[in-house]
Amino acid sequence: MDKLLVWYGELTTNRRLLKRGLMFLSPGMLWLLIFLVLPGLMLIAASFAGRGAYGELEWHFTFENYKRLAGFGIFGWTADYLMIVWRSVWVAFITTIVSVVLSYPLCFFIAGRSERTRYLWLTLVIIPFWTNMVIRAYAWFLILAPELPVAKLAAFLGIVPPGSALYPSVFAVYLGMVSMFLPFVTLPLYSSVERIDWALVEAAQDLYASKVRVFMQAILPQTLPGLSVGVILTFVPAMGMFVVPDLLGGAKYMLVGNLIQQQFGSSRDWAFGAAISIGLMILTMFSLYLYRRKSKGVNLV
Amino acid sequence: MSDEKKDLSIRGINKRFGEVRAVDDVSLEVPAGEFFTLLGPSGCGKTTLLRIIAGLEMPDSGKILLGSEDITTFPATRRQVNTVFQSYALFPHLTVYENVAFGLRSRKFPAKEIDQRVSRRLEILGLEEMGQRRPDQLSGGQKQRVALARALVNEPDVLLLDEPMSALDAKLRAQVQVELRRLQQKLGGTFILVTHDQDEALIVSDRIAVMRDGRVMQAGTPEEVYDLPETQFVAEFLGAANLLSGHIKEGGIETDIGFLKLEKMPAWSKGTVAIRPEWIRIRDQQPETNGIQARIREVIYRGTDFDLWLDPGPIRVRTNTYKRFKTGDKIWLELAPEELVVLNG
Repeated sequence: MDKLLVWYGELTTNRRLLKRGLMFLSPGMLWLLIFLVLPGLMLIAASFAGRGAYGELEWHFTFENYKRLAGFGIFGWTADYLMIVWRSVWVAFITTIVSVVLSYPLCFFIAGRSERTRYLWLTLVIIPFWTNMVIRAYAWFLILAPELPVAKLAAFLGIVPPGSALYPSVFAVYLGMVSMFLPFVTLPLYSSVERIDWALVEAAQDLYASKVRVFMQAILPQTLPGLSVGVILTFVPAMGMFVVPDLLGGAKYMLVGNLIQQQFGSSRDWAFGAAISIGLMILTMFSLYLYRRKSKGVNLV
Repeated sequence: MSDEKKDLSIRGINKRFGEVRAVDDVSLEVPAGEFFTLLGPSGCGKTTLLRIIAGLEMPDSGKILLGSEDITTFPATRRQVNTVFQSYALFPHLTVYENVAFGLRSRKFPAKEIDQRVSRRLEILGLEEMGQRRPDQLSGGQKQRVALARALVNEPDVLLLDEPMSALDAKLRAQVQVELRRLQQKLGGTFILVTHDQDEALIVSDRIAVMRDGRVMQAGTPEEVYDLPETQFVAEFLGAANLLSGHIKEGGIETDIGFLKLEKMPAWSKGTVAIRPEWIRIRDQQPETNGIQARIREVIYRGTDFDLWLDPGPIRVRTNTYKRFKTGDKIWLELAPEELVVLNG
């Protein structure tokens, strides 16, 4: 343990290195401990507590909250909560898929620009980040308002009755979600697309590959690192999103995020809220686990 | 290769990139079964021409015929032409076996036939043991052979090789050149090689086209282009050459180092004599014809032979004589009239 060794040009011992490493690690670890691990544990504890008459936590151990989440209420079993959870997964899934499908052409378009204009286009992708999410959701109100061409066109085509807005609606929720998360896919994907080895694409063409095969064998494997990051960055927060469905979906389209927000807000049922949060976390981790297994052997970043 | 022998005919191909004429009115005929080399310095258009043949680049004008078929407008996917890329461009996520099977799988060959053909190619190229490895587990030479197998398994009418040796070290390169030549003779297909390495071109080719600025300067067998260069560029690009400019006179040419008798008189009045360093003979006494007295300025030892840099000059002589030469020695040179080539200009 105390053998002398040279570490990047410095004469030192293992023990000293270890001590220094811990010293460097400790601020970050402390931060995570205080703001992630402890609240997490508290959340777990709360999820097994009960609700008092005034919405306070009552510290007695119970599975009641999880039973409610699974649908066993006072009036027998209902699928309401499970439906909300399933819908959240579905919305996150569709949002991710649409974002990916839109990002590919966008990335190829940007990567095909000259060096100078390329960063201009990337900036355009990033600009929405500078605006608050709520403001962006309200911006959709304006765009989808009944007086504007989009809604008028929809009315003309008979999709909505004349004079009505396109929100709140499921369509508006997806629109808002995709616009919210598109840059999260585009930016990491772009970093992969920019580095594509085009010789592989040419090799695939030279070897008689169809367009689909060229994409699957020569482009997709090369962009998988960026794609993976983008998918995770989109899917995980999209599962817990509540601002967009709240504003653009109205009360009609409730997702897990809204449900949790409701428990900690108007319903004042922190214990149940905690249980849903834990449920969402487990579901997210399980999804990521499945995703990792599917894309085995791919190095992230 | 395929049963029917298909000659490749390149007719008046032009390709511009902006202001640059990458390929400038090139016409070449490559008979089936020939090992043909496009030789030239970087930027001479040889790779662009290769990519046009592969279908990875479309020419601005001109035609490409394979056999009797006009393939000019065919995309790469429709051409019975396969390429060994300079970087090899092996698919990193696929095994060696899957890489080699790629083209056959694209064309939906039955699994059994794919297996037979892939296994046979892997065997021919000594890769039987490598089938399950991935490209990043292979050496440079192995990668190159996988790239070769991947192209050859499709039994193309024409195999294109884009500087396939440039990533190999000198010793391996020399070995691979000979192997490539043997492989081509064994399989009997048309190979078109792009290279800037003149030794490589001379070793492997049946015929060589020397290119410069998008044009073919000279095409012919290795002996023709080496022994009878038509231009200074070709003379200097293929091996070393002493170039002596002068005026044509009765029976010879008057150069800076003296009058040289010629066997074949050129049609032009001003010319440049090109003579290879190894063709000049060293004599102790003045020879009967075309004797030049010279003084040794520098002796360069090259292992198998010596290079002598001489005054007047700079004339370069290559000799493998056992005789030791010293700087300052005076020697006689004999430039045999039948070996002198007079270039125009």
